[in-house]
Amino acid sequence: MANFIAIVIAGLATGALYALVAVGFTLLWQTSQTINFAQGEFVMLPAFFMLAAMNAGLPFWAAIVIGFVLSTAILGFAFKLLLVDPMLPHGVLPLAIATMALSTFLKELVKTFYSAEASPFPSIAPEGDLHIFGVSIALQNIVVLVVAIAAVAALQFLLSRTRLGRQMQAAAQNPTVARILGVPVERMILYSFLINGALVALASLLISPIYLAKFTNGETLGLAAFIAAIVGGFNQIRGAIAGGLLLGVVDNLSAAYVSTQYRGAIPMVLLIVVILFRPSGLLGRPEERSV
Amino acid sequence: MSHFLGSRASWLAGLLLLAFLLLAPLEFHRYGLYILSQWAVMTIAAIGLNLTLGYAGQVSLAQGAFVGVGAYSAAILTTQGWPLGLAILVAIALCFAIGWILGYPALRVQHHYLAFVTLAFSTLAFLVFRNEAWLTGGTDGIDGVPRPVILGISTKPHLAYYYFCLLVLALVGLAMLWLVRSPWGRAFVALRENPLRALSLGVDTRRYTLMAFAIGASLGGLAGALYAPLVGLVEPPVFTLALSLSLLMMVIVGGSGYFLGPFLGAMVAVLLPEWLRFLESYYLILYSLLVMGLLIYSPTGLIGILDRFLTHRRTRAASAARASLGASIERP
Repeated sequence: MANFIAIVIAGLATGALYALVAVGFTLLWQTSQTINFAQGEFVMLPAFFMLAAMNAGLPFWAAIVIGFVLSTAILGFAFKLLLVDPMLPHGVLPLAIATMALSTFLKELVKTFYSAEASPFPSIAPEGDLHIFGVSIALQNIVVLVVAIAAVAALQFLLSRTRLGRQMQAAAQNPTVARILGVPVERMILYSFLINGALVALASLLISPIYLAKFTNGETLGLAAFIAAIVGGFNQIRGAIAGGLLLGVVDNLSAAYVSTQYRGAIPMVLLIVVILFRPSGLLGRPEERSV
Repeated sequence: MSHFLGSRASWLAGLLLLAFLLLAPLEFHRYGLYILSQWAVMTIAAIGLNLTLGYAGQVSLAQGAFVGVGAYSAAILTTQGWPLGLAILVAIALCFAIGWILGYPALRVQHHYLAFVTLAFSTLAFLVFRNEAWLTGGTDGIDGVPRPVILGISTKPHLAYYYFCLLVLALVGLAMLWLVRSPWGRAFVALRENPLRALSLGVDTRRYTLMAFAIGASLGGLAGALYAPLVGLVEPPVFTLALSLSLLMMVIVGGSGYFLGPFLGAMVAVLLPEWLRFLESYYLILYSLLVMGLLIYSPTGLIGILDRFLTHRRTRAASAARASLGASIERP
């Protein structure tokens, strides 16, 4: 039983990370119909910004700041300006393919110009385990869980309680009407890209100490975030959180109790079941169709 | 959609392509022939996806899995002593059936949700290829897939097998030309453009959606059945989600919904990386930059560029004609 609880908590920590990445993914989809196949690589990259800054002799905290700034500037602003804006009027698919090419580009860039090997990455969490009621939990997992949930809660607060957040929601739900009501829709879309840039930097900071910083880190993570977003409901931030946590727990439980051979199948089966029986996701709204 | 490309320009492009494909091998080394054969095989799979996606508008991320099903069917059967022709038929029938069944979710959910179901199928298929060792040889795969003997000619030399692939590709191409101009092809396009209106005009959208899926899938199976003897070894890592995504890229980069699109797209995906190999470790960086640049410049793919170029020339010619007409009227 203690073992089970430990697995669930580790699963929640993984799931919180998935949720963090999935929320950004959902945000881009909502505001600009961007399916970002490079989202996993977006999480992989900021760790290398931070490592490069530390190699230049900066302390860890300064490297983190630089990582966040570069991430919002490049993966947020430049990504939107150079790739999304020119392709947005031409439908979802060409842009999705371009982000696939972008993911190869980022991976190869890191592999060629930084390193093909995994690099150790300092953790913001202290080492050691926490013992509660006979269950020992790695402090790292707790820190990941707390920071990720705090970040998502802050984002949720921003979106639902502040003027800016409501404007962003209006821009996402009905750009035409939002524009008529004086919401600067273009700027709101830009904000969502900047927020995604910051979210992936945070995810990178949390995940890199666990998996080490490596150019292939994004491959599984991107897919996991993608599935978490769909399972939860593609058009709801709350859904992405639920989907991420659920997927993380299911992932860790199946790793412990199901054959390792078919471990990868469990999330896929979950995905198919959800799509067939609740196509709009666990917490999503059905999307209207027009004639 | 283009209307001019059905005419002279595309015939010309097609003939040039054909001449290149028939004559090029005489200048190529073994590896070059192998890559060209791979291009022909992938083009067949991309033609199938182009029917599902480009004409009928159903997004599929499972085409790579169908290539895998076809490749494994051919490998299992031919190593048991079956002739390749029969194995190809089995691969086609099997993929048609699986595609038909996988099409059912398409009736319930549309657009990106369908892409996700096919994505899940793609991952599950890979796990089956890797784990069911009694059938698929597990991680080792199936080695020693024999090349067929056709009309007494052995296709062991790369050149002979290349011409065989090219012949199959030509047959598939002709069948597709016929299909998209037939009432079925019109129904597929109606399905893409506006499913509700198509239904109200009496098109049986259920059947055509399933059909588009199943035919596209069976072409994937055919491509797989040709792939197995080409490489000789069928192993799981080839048929991951990455292959499905790469096939999707071929269709979009070439020009989704155009007949010639998959031919060009497969060139970009299969041949271009080989041509860039002289850049060594930088070649994938430049390659992905080129793909992004192309899509930014022309989101409708390579055919889009050709189309734009032709339209531009046509308007220039027309305005020149108008100008000379105007000049001749002004002259007394």
